[in-house]
Amino acid sequence: MIEAQNLDLTFQTNDGPVHALKDVSLQIDKGEFVSFIGPSGCGKTTFLRCMADLEHPTGGEITVNGVSPEAARKSRAYGYVFQAAGLYPWRTIGGNIRLPLEIMGYSKADQSERVARVLELVELSGFEKKYPWQLSGGMQQRASIARALAFDADILLMDEPFGALDEIVRDHLNEQLLHLWARTQKTIAFVTHSIPEAVYLSTKIVVMSPRPGRITDVIESPLPKERPLDIRDSPEFLEVAHRVREGLRAGHLDD
Amino acid sequence: MSWLAFAFGAWALGWWLNARLAARPRTQGTRLAVPLIFGITLIAIWEGLVRGLEISPVLLPAPSMIAVRFVASTDILWEDFVQTVIKGALSGYAIGCGSAFLMAILVDRFDFLRRGLLPVGNFVAALPVIGMAPILVMWFGFDWQSKAAVVVVMVFFPMLVNTVQGLADSSAMQRDLMRTYAAGYWATLLKLRLPAAMPFIFNGLKIASTLALIGAIVAEFFGSPIRGMGFRISTSVGQLALDLVWAEIVVAAVAGSAFYGLVALIERAVTFWHPSQRHT
Ligand SMILES: Nc1ncnc2c1ncn2[C@@H]1O[C@H](COP(=O)(O)OP(=O)(O)OP(=O)(O)O)[C@@H](O)[C@H]1O
Ligand SMILES: [Mg+2]
Repeated sequence: MIEAQNLDLTFQTNDGPVHALKDVSLQIDKGEFVSFIGPSGCGKTTFLRCMADLEHPTGGEITVNGVSPEAARKSRAYGYVFQAAGLYPWRTIGGNIRLPLEIMGYSKADQSERVARVLELVELSGFEKKYPWQLSGGMQQRASIARALAFDADILLMDEPFGALDEIVRDHLNEQLLHLWARTQKTIAFVTHSIPEAVYLSTKIVVMSPRPGRITDVIESPLPKERPLDIRDSPEFLEVAHRVREGLRAGHLDD
Repeated sequence: MSWLAFAFGAWALGWWLNARLAARPRTQGTRLAVPLIFGITLIAIWEGLVRGLEISPVLLPAPSMIAVRFVASTDILWEDFVQTVIKGALSGYAIGCGSAFLMAILVDRFDFLRRGLLPVGNFVAALPVIGMAPILVMWFGFDWQSKAAVVVVMVFFPMLVNTVQGLADSSAMQRDLMRTYAAGYWATLLKLRLPAAMPFIFNGLKIASTLALIGAIVAEFFGSPIRGMGFRISTSVGQLALDLVWAEIVVAAVAGSAFYGLVALIERAVTFWHPSQRHT
């Protein structure tokens, strides 16, 4: 569960202050799948980083699971998938996934079992002994998702994890992600630039706009939990997508 | 006159062979053969010119003369090798690089050290530290200890500067990742920053390997017991025994190349993942 109240974040830069977030209030309940969508520079990454205690808000309140983001980070409450895969090149794919497990002190046997399990989940079994630079960009990104899934964090923060992938792989991973979410009951915050992706995945879609970065619309999705890929042609789906597009356009007109 | 013809013939033959080999596709064989033929040709020309022009052995002895002297003096050469390379250079290298490595971790940990010591380090690294050799010989005596001290002083700062730079080389995202795992200082050091620093550390180790040999030999010019490569070189020049000087230079060249090659080999095994080392 994540709760933000009137969150403000101003970066002091050489060209003066940048209002990355202004008066952002949002509640994400346990087990929700929330997507953030908005034009480049509207503060999506910054908001996610505030939840992860990688960035410190200059105003307002934010709690994660009822405690401060720092306390949540120290209790290893979340897994973070960065915009780029960011695998360590000196470790094999298996070694990269094992990294958080080693740091968090999982037993050797448990580590191996978990690595095998998440590799299967992202369909990379057989690549455990390969090095990241021997894999395609899409495979690297899947490995980085596996890395965030290997340990028991009930929150998953994902910053445009599929941004660099082609349409077909993306569809497939979207489906996989929904299955995973249904099975594990994780709370997921997911940044994307794609309206269909946001609508397909989410229970709640947060539309943001830039300068200053703020939330312009929050859309609760009426779609059922069970979502085959062809739900994207249903009238309900198109209706939600339309609202998101309107929200994005309204944010632009403010400028 | 015939020796000059021999030199000319060697030059022509070597040229012709290498030109033909270089035109063929690169294989393991030609990669070794080309420099080998080049070296042999050079030695043959040297031999021919020295004999043909009747150059005095005091100025430049012929390779055959150096070879004969080398074989006749292996016991001396070995004694000098142990004194200078093993005792002087290697021990100084190990102490200097080891302490610089530990110091780099401290510098990286404590900001006041970084801001105080590192500029000094950069400054000293650019100085010709070999000028300190006479002072160190005065402090530590004539034997190998003073040579090791010179080597320590010479390798310390290049190694320190490289290691500190390497420890800062991880990207912001790689460090953020460690933060999301709530990894402590030691876990971050061992699992991220040291591995990421390895290319820099080996760069420092390679630079230091050349400096170590230079330092140990030159330091002996300022006083040593009656053995050691630097000692032998300076006294043999005085006795006009240039063939022995050249034999020592051959030992130094072989030892230096072997040392550097060994470090480079270990580097390849450790930093195989770095783009500069990937040949697959
Ligand atoms: N460390 C920083 N220092 C200064 N300004 C920053 C910093 N990080 C982000 N910003 C600024 O804050 C604003 C929001 O950035 P943010 O990365 O959150 O955008 P985003 O919505 O994730 O964009 P994109 O879709 O391109 O990833 C931008 O104007 C950016 O320039
Ligand atoms: Mg972003």
